[in-house]
Amino acid sequence: MSFILIVGAGRVGSSVARSMLAEGHEVSVLDEDPLSHERLDAGQATTWEDAGGRFTIGQALEREALVEAGIEQADVFIASTDGDNTNLTIAQIAQRMFEVPHVLVRVMDPLRAEWYAAQGLRTICPTRYAILEFERELRSIADEAVA
Amino acid sequence: MYAIIVGGGKVGLNLTRELLGKGQEVTLIEQLRPRYLAIEEELEHVVQYGDATELWVLERAGIQRADLVIAVTGDDEDNILICQIAREKYLVERIIARVNNPRNRRYFELLGVEPAVSATDLILRLIEHEVPEYGLVHLLDLPGEQLEIIELEVGAGSPAAGSSVAAIAMPEGSLLISVLREDGGFVPRGDTLIEAGDQVMICLDPGLESRVTPLFNGSR
Repeated sequence: MSFILIVGAGRVGSSVARSMLAEGHEVSVLDEDPLSHERLDAGQATTWEDAGGRFTIGQALEREALVEAGIEQADVFIASTDGDNTNLTIAQIAQRMFEVPHVLVRVMDPLRAEWYAAQGLRTICPTRYAILEFERELRSIADEAVA
Repeated sequence: MYAIIVGGGKVGLNLTRELLGKGQEVTLIEQLRPRYLAIEEELEHVVQYGDATELWVLERAGIQRADLVIAVTGDDEDNILICQIAREKYLVERIIARVNNPRNRRYFELLGVEPAVSATDLILRLIEHEVPEYGLVHLLDLPGEQLEIIELEVGAGSPAAGSSVAAIAMPEGSLLISVLREDGGFVPRGDTLIEAGDQVMICLDPGLESRVTPLFNGSR
């Protein structure tokens, strides 16, 4: 079991938070918007806390908020706010200041994702997946037309 | 020299005007369309529209040949990222970043983005300079060179008051470089007498501060 800290609980962050909690991990979520707590609860039989999750309201760059959310104990840090620059900044803070063993960071811009990946960050680029999916679908449509 | 300035707010726009006035080549990048259009009326091709955290926007502005990148947007994460990318990816020799929230300064340092300039800190220093009761004022820090210049007011009854410069027991690695008195400033000699109320500037190794200041602090 790992302790996973997720900063930014939008659609991606909250979904990953719930599935990791269901798989038996300890999960703490930090988000500046109380609404994201509701997103974690939505459609669930129990509240996020009753299911064993942690939630902290605070800003990603606030050291106190990160500590309160448990960054010092985290095995995995996920930066999944809606801002690439915020994600890349806090991911590097988690890596260098708090020495979290595993840091995953969402970067929408493929070029920046690629460059920071080359610098040693584990970047995940949803845009890249979308591009690949579109290309794959379009190729199969083209193949069908030929056949 | 070619400079790229990111962020066309008051700071960025005035910096751009100043550097243009000094005959420097400058490109200003602004990401808000209405702001960009307003600046373009004055500066024309000097300003470019775009998000400078995107690599292609920086490349379009010619970052490969830039000597200086200055990030002065209102967003600390943007300023950090722009300067980090400029230095580490494009090997830009000099970067300057603006710190909006002084509490974020440690992150600029952590990610190697220096110098980082904070208006709040600058104003605080000015206040300290105008109000010597605060004691020691940092005038210049050169961490790379292990040097700083500080200003101190000579307190009545301090070891330095009434003593010649040569007789003050300054530790090795520190030097009294100038004296400000009512009638102006001057560079002292060994036999210059230091008076209570003088403002003295001292160049020193940062580690020596705690040994130097007691020599000038009076019995306040």
